[in-house]
Amino acid sequence: MRHALLLAAAACIAGNEACAGEVIKIKIDQLAYAPASVTAHVGDTVEWKNADFIAHTATSIEGRFDVMIPAGGTGRLELKKVGSFPYTCRFHPNMKGELQVM
Amino acid sequence: MGIVKTCAAFAAFLLAGGSAGAQGAKPTDPQIAHIAYTAGVIDIEAAKLALGKSKNKEVIAFAKDMVRDHTAVNQKALALVKKLNVTPEDNDTSRSLAQKADEERATLSKLRGPAFDKAYAENEVAYHKTVNGALETMLIPDASNPELKDLLSTGLKIFQGHQEHAEHLAEALK
Ligand SMILES: [Cu+2]
Repeated sequence: MRHALLLAAAACIAGNEACAGEVIKIKIDQLAYAPASVTAHVGDTVEWKNADFIAHTATSIEGRFDVMIPAGGTGRLELKKVGSFPYTCRFHPNMKGELQVM
Repeated sequence: MGIVKTCAAFAAFLLAGGSAGAQGAKPTDPQIAHIAYTAGVIDIEAAKLALGKSKNKEVIAFAKDMVRDHTAVNQKALALVKKLNVTPEDNDTSRSLAQKADEERATLSKLRGPAFDKAYAENEVAYHKTVNGALETMLIPDASNPELKDLLSTGLKIFQGHQEHAEHLAEALK
């Protein structure tokens, strides 16, 4: 058991794809992403939880991703690339966020 | 002073000759609820016209967004007035909004193709500006009930998003 954990940790360091990353949570409330800017790692998953009664999206300004986040629901994105990704809501462009992926 | 001036100009625009009462009279919560609900219905009607006429992918997507969001806001508004035991009350501002919208819809319905798309997008920019101005200067400050005030404030944020979205759309169609 203990050996298995150590192996898993070693795999993570090596950047193995099977390595389960962290889940980074972003809340959407009153048309705002909170926190608006998050720092994460490749392999992590971002989860947006929408507390509003209308649907939103998290849409990359550069067309890298487009995540639907239903009213009262969640949307997820697995991070695969290093970089800085500004995003917005396709329905409400006054909403702005950024993912910093290391 | 600035706010009062904007507010008066706005009221004049909205009322277009009619008057809800004596000059400077504040709308009541039942009237505010009616105005906000009517404003939503008008935008849904315009969107339905666009969905029936437009072939433009972006215009259709925008119109669908308008139907979905304004329907959701109006459902919230209906649930709230029911909870508060308030009956929305028709008034000159609502009637004036509806009359202007009828005229605008008549103009739009004569257009087709890209001319329609452009006019619809520009009208959506102007309309959301008008409604957002009314929310900021009259409806939110004049609302007495805190829950109504909150819903109108959330509505304002949503409609500011629509205004920006409409501005992008109008720009893209130029
Ligand atoms: Cu949104």
